[in-house]
Formats: sequence, structure tokens, C-alpha cells
Amino acid sequence: MKKQIVEELNGMPGTHPLSSLLREDRMPHIWCPGCDIGTVFSSCLTAIHESKIDYNNFAMVSGIGCTGRAAGYIKLDSFHTTHGRAIPFATGLKIAKPKMKIIVFSGDGDLFTIGGNHFIHAARRNIDLTVICVNNFTYGMTGGQVASTTPFNSKTSTTPQGNFEKPFNLPYMAAAAGAVYVSRWTTLDVRRLTSSIVEAFNKKGFSFIEVISSCPTSFGRKNKLGSPLDIIQHFHKISVIKNGIHPKDANLDIDKEIVVGKFVDMEAPTFFDLLEKIYPPETEKGA
Amino acid sequence: MEGTEHFIMGDVACAEAAIASGCRFFAGYPITPATEIAERMAKRLPQVGGVYIQMEDELASMAAVLGASWGGLKSMTATSGPGFSLMMENIGLGIVMEVPCVVVNVQRAGPSTGLPTLCAQGDMMQARWGSHGHYEIIALSASSPQELFDVTIKAFNLSEKYRLPVLIMTDEVVGHMTEKVIIPPSNRIEIYPRRITKLPPEEYLPYLPDEDMVAPMVGIGEGYHIHSTGLTHDKKGYPVISAPVQKDMIDRLVYKIRNNVDDIVEYREIETADAEIIIVAYGISVRPAQKALELAREKGIKCGMLRLTTIWPFAEKKIMELASQVKGFVVPEINYGQISLEVERCSAGHAKTILVSHAGGAIFNPNEILEAVEKL
Repeated sequence: MKKQIVEELNGMPGTHPLSSLLREDRMPHIWCPGCDIGTVFSSCLTAIHESKIDYNNFAMVSGIGCTGRAAGYIKLDSFHTTHGRAIPFATGLKIAKPKMKIIVFSGDGDLFTIGGNHFIHAARRNIDLTVICVNNFTYGMTGGQVASTTPFNSKTSTTPQGNFEKPFNLPYMAAAAGAVYVSRWTTLDVRRLTSSIVEAFNKKGFSFIEVISSCPTSFGRKNKLGSPLDIIQHFHKISVIKNGIHPKDANLDIDKEIVVGKFVDMEAPTFFDLLEKIYPPETEKGA
Repeated sequence: MEGTEHFIMGDVACAEAAIASGCRFFAGYPITPATEIAERMAKRLPQVGGVYIQMEDELASMAAVLGASWGGLKSMTATSGPGFSLMMENIGLGIVMEVPCVVVNVQRAGPSTGLPTLCAQGDMMQARWGSHGHYEIIALSASSPQELFDVTIKAFNLSEKYRLPVLIMTDEVVGHMTEKVIIPPSNRIEIYPRRITKLPPEEYLPYLPDEDMVAPMVGIGEGYHIHSTGLTHDKKGYPVISAPVQKDMIDRLVYKIRNNVDDIVEYREIETADAEIIIVAYGISVRPAQKALELAREKGIKCGMLRLTTIWPFAEKKIMELASQVKGFVVPEINYGQISLEVERCSAGHAKTILVSHAGGAIFNPNEILEAVEKL
């Protein structure tokens, strides 16, 4: 599929294969050299293309932080909201535009530390959103502080002696709260990640994808993880695919083992299914 | 409900006005004394094809209101002090993204949890300045269920006309008071529709304003591919981190309101023509003030009243004008001096301003206001 996109655009030197989805007038982006957000963003754009869904049917909402800037680079209706509040904003947008695919693209600090409450409630409602979390274990934008996802013992600028709090297991939390689609990949699983995003777009209900990513500038440097390539190769090397396992067993230990795969893929009535059951749509909405 | 007379609570009147205004989305969180607005909306919205959603907190409620409004639904939320504090974050986002919506604050006494079931007017300056940064806001008040109905219609219209969250600053007594409310037939309710661009996507810029400094909006999912952000942005809606772009953006957010103050500000003058003393009142305090005015007139005091419907932007011109003709202003408010400071500022030394304060938990006794009138 990717080859096909490139072939389609042959003879257009200097054009990015996904330029029709990119705000090229906003380049260069703010992401550091070696940062993984671009890889996840690119997978997301490829997934939009591969889904064969009309581009105009997508909108992206993000919160604050490095990953939150993605909404500013996608050439679709896109909203860069407040810190932690991308999901409730997207909830309102989805209710107003129930036929659209709403992607929430944000970071771990935004979605799970300041915004954790909104995440669990959106999953509980099983509202039809696709939430993509770039988990780089830290607050990159502000220079690498501890987050609710920072591995135990890892160093950050606010845990100079190592993090003494335990991190969340995001897939386990998502599944427990009611997400009907849950997967985790590393940034070297590009094809698996892309297909997973396409699956999530087509899933009715709340879907969640965690992407284990590196932040070489902050997290990598403070923990002496080596070059950007060293980090992603290490993550990839210690990752094991365990599709279908209970997400409580989806171990995430950046020294020993990163369990990836698709953990949840089930059917459950969505927010709209249940809403329409109680209130059959008779009247047209409209401002 | 339209074209009929009702005996309903202020909170219910507010919800009915929202429905009559075309509001089709409500996101909220239960809080005394605003809960009845949410309850009424939960019952009424599905009847007209709208959606009520109870969010996990007021941060989420306000964010969902912005999302739904961008999606094309007229949207509202209602709360009281503690929830109003949480909403400040996304009220700021609404100001900067320029999202039409209505936020109702049925005020109770604070700070903090305060007196959940008893009234106050302590959030008037929070309404003005509660979210960080410098901006202009529109806030309205009401002294009866009927007036709450009327200002709610006005709030929706102003929010669409000027593209911003409009605040309705009512209070527990008005919210919980049951009185006669006339709901006009729908053809007699003026509705200001959303300003939608006529330009095609390739020519449209999301923050390029019309002559009145307000930019038209677009439908989401229609190929315009807009970007909207809470960061300082240019006409394209793209973030630009610079002092000149900040100036352009803030100028427009401020002057789209300041240049239209005459269109926005609404007040009512009662016996001001010959008045030497004017009571400036808003919200529930209008009612004991009215009684105080009558008592003062009986005693031969030339007393009048300026009833503020619009609180922000403040009725500066009117106060300035009255200041040169009267001896002084008496400002009763259920706080320790908020709007009285504005009256004092605008009278610029030409007239005396006396604050009649109340800590909250009850409304004024007309005699307390009369005493201040007599002192002047």
C-alpha cells in the first residue's frame, strides 16, 4: 500500500508521500531530531489513507505537550485544546458530528496524568473515539519531568534520585474502564501500528493504542539510554508480541521486557447505540 | 412550551430559554443550586433531538461544550462557584478559539464550598477576570425567572454574534424562585444564527475577521480543514509565538467587544430623571433595591435606580453620565465590593459611591439599602 502511495506521487520531487494530509506550510515541525512522535504521526496519516475513508470524515483533537502539536500538522479539521482535555473536547465534537471519525492524538502526560479521569470516563461510556497515546515516559516539552508513566527508578529532572512511584499499565487501565479495542506497539512496529490504527478507526466504540516511544533529548539522555537509534532498537529487541493476553499481564519493563500486541478487540454497545435505544432519533439536530 | 404562560423555577426558565434559543447540547456536572438546569435539559433535549451528557467534572463539561459548539450545535453548561472555578480553564480556550456557547453560574456563597444552598453575588469579578490572560467577556444577570429566560435568549444570540462564551451570572434565589414566566411563541423569539462563511475552502481563513472584527465560522467535516488552537495564532489559526501576533490577536479579542459596547450593554433606568441618589443594582439585589427606592420616595428622597442586565462589559458611559447629575450611587451587592468598585471608577470623583455589602447566605432587607440612601 505504501509503495503504491509513493508510486502515485512519482514525478513530484520534494513531495512527501502523505503531503495531502500534511500542513506543509507549518514545516519544519518542533519535534527534536531522533524523536519518535513523527513516526507515530506518520503511521496515523498512513492509516487514514489506507482506511479508504474520505479524509473529510476525520478530525483530530490533541491536548498539550510535544505530541499535542500533531493536531497542528495534520491537514484536516484539527483542534489543539487544553492540557488533559482533548478527550472531553472530542466527546462534544463526536456528539455533534456522530458520523465523523474523531482521533485523539496526544501524549502520556496529557492523556493519563493530567487527563486520566477523562480517559477512564470516555472508555466507560464506550464513546466512538480513537485514542492514540505516544508514551515516551516523560514530559518532553517542559524538559523531562516525572509522569504517571515514568518507569520505576528512572531518572527525570524532578526525580533526580530515580522515580520512586509506580507507573500505570495503560492497556490494563483502558480495558478495565471499558475500551473495546486496546493495543500496544513500539515505534519500530510501524506496519503493525498502522494496521492497528486502521482497525481502531473501523471499530465501533472506544479504541486505544499505546505507542512505546523514545524521547532521546530528555528521557533518553537522563537515563543514559544512548543514541535515538540505540533506544528504539533496544525497545524493539526486548519487545515480545503477545496478542490476546489479559492486559494485566502486558508487562512494561524498559530494561527487560516490553509486551506488545493487540490485547482487546471485542464488541460492546457504544454510547450512541445505547443513547439511540432510549431516545430513537426522530428530530434532526442542528443549530 | 412556546406561546404560553408558566409558573416555573428560575433554573427551569433558563433551560427552557436555552431550548427556545436552539440549544441542542448540554454537558454538565451536578451542583447546587444549578442542578435543576441540568435536570431540565436532560429531560427536554432528547425531545428536540439534542443530547444531554453528564460529564465527569466541570473541566470536562466546559471542554465538551466547546467541542460540540465547534461541531455545529448550540451548546450550554450550568454550574455554581466551585464548578465555575474549574470551568475557567476552558472558558479561556473558548475565548481564544472564539467558540460561541453559554455558561450559567447560579451563584452561591463562597469561597470554596461555602454555603451550597444559599445565595451570593461573589463571583462577579471572577466572571470578569477568572481565566488567565487579558480578554474581554460578556456577562449578563437576571433578577427574576422571567428575566433569566430573557437574558438566556440574549446570551445565545450574543455568543453567536461575537463568537465567545457568554456568562449568565444569576444566583441561588433567582434560580430557585418560582414565578410566572411567559414563553413567547417561537416566531417572536429573535435568534441570531451562526455566522458561516460564504467563501470556498481555498479562500477561507479561520481567523480573518469581517468588518466588525468577528470572523465567520465553517462546518466541521466540510473540507475546510481548519486548525484551532489555544496558542496565540495568526489569521490562518496557526500558532505563532511572537509579540506582534499576540498583539494582533489580543487587540481583536478585546476590541470586538469594546467597539460594540453600545450593542451589548443593556440596563434599565427607574425614576432616574430627577434622581439625586441612584441605586445601582443587579440580579436578586434589584428586588430589595426596588422596595428601598419606593420607601425613599415616600420619604421625599429623590431616589432612582439603574438596573444592570449586562454586567460585563460594564455600563461605563451610563455611570459617567449619571455621575455628573447625582449626588451619589448606592450599590447593594452580596459581596464585599466588586461592582461598586466599577461604579466608583466610572464616577471618577464626580459622585460618591456607597457600597452596601453582604457576606452571602441571604438577600438584603430593603431597610439596609434605604439606610445607605438616607446617609448620602
